[in-house]
Amino acid sequence: MSIWEYANPKKFMQTSSWALPWVAGLALIALVTGLVWGFFFTPEDYKQGSTVKIIYLHVPSAMMAINIWVMMLVTSLVWLIRRHHVSALAAKAAAPVGMVMTLIALVTGAIWGQPMWGTWWEWDPRLTSFLILFLFYLGYMALWEAIDNPDTAADLTGVLCLVGSVFAVLSRYAVNFWNQGLHQGATLSMDKEENISDVYWYPLLLCIAGFILLFVTLVLIRTRTEIRARRLKALEARERMA
Amino acid sequence: MMTDLGKYADTVLAAYAVSIGLLLAIVIWSLWKGARVKRALEAQETRMGRRNG
Repeated sequence: MSIWEYANPKKFMQTSSWALPWVAGLALIALVTGLVWGFFFTPEDYKQGSTVKIIYLHVPSAMMAINIWVMMLVTSLVWLIRRHHVSALAAKAAAPVGMVMTLIALVTGAIWGQPMWGTWWEWDPRLTSFLILFLFYLGYMALWEAIDNPDTAADLTGVLCLVGSVFAVLSRYAVNFWNQGLHQGATLSMDKEENISDVYWYPLLLCIAGFILLFVTLVLIRTRTEIRARRLKALEARERMA
Repeated sequence: MMTDLGKYADTVLAAYAVSIGLLLAIVIWSLWKGARVKRALEAQETRMGRRNG
C-alpha cells in the first residue's frame, strides 16, 4: 500500500471518515487534561509568578504556527510536482488553522510580555518574523479566494508558500541568529539535557500533543469540506452545460 | 476550584480567554462550513439524480 493512494479523493474521504472520531476524541482528552493540569495543578514560577501558566498556550501554538507552514510547504510541493489535488486542498485547509495558531502565539506573547518585559510589543527578531508569518498566512488565504481557477490558485499559492517558508524558518531560528532580541532562547530544544522542570514539562507535553491532534482533526474536517466543495462546483458546472 | 493566580490573575485569565475563544471559533467555523457544503452537495446530487431518472 502506498501513501499516494490517499491522493485519491474517494480513498481520502473513506479513511478520514473512519479516523476523524478517534483523532478528535484524543485531541479533546489531551487538550482538556493538559490545560486543566497546567492551569490548576502547577506551581507559580519564582520569577514569573502565575504568568508561567501561559506557557501551555504560547509554546504549543508557536510550534504549530511554524510546523503548519512546513506541512503546507510539503503538500504544496506534492501538488507542484505530482499534481495531486487532495494535497493542494490539504494545504488550503491548513492555512486558517495556522493563522489562528500564529495569532494565539502573538497575542499570548504580548499579554505575557506586558508585565514581564514592560511592553506589549518589541521589534525583536522572533516577534517580527512571527508577525510576518501571520501576514503570509493572511496573504495565502486571500490568494486562494482571489483566483477563480482552482488549479491556478493552487499553483500560485504553492509558490507563495515556498517564499513564506523563509519566514517560517526564520521564526524558528531567529533567537539563534540574533542575540539582541528581547525574546529568550527556545523553551524546548533537543540540545539541552533538561529544558524546563518536570512539574511544567509533563502538562506542556500533553498540551503540545493536544494542539497537534486538534490540528490533524481540523485539517481532516476542512480537507473533506474542500473536496466536497470542489465536487459541488463540478456538478453545478455540469448542470449549467446540460 | 479556583487556583490563586496572585497579582497576575488578569494577565493569565486574559491569555486563556483569548486563546480558548480563538480555538473554539476555528472549530465552530470549520464544522459549520463543513455541514453547509455537505448539505449543498447532497441537495445538488439529489436534484441531478432526479433529473437523470
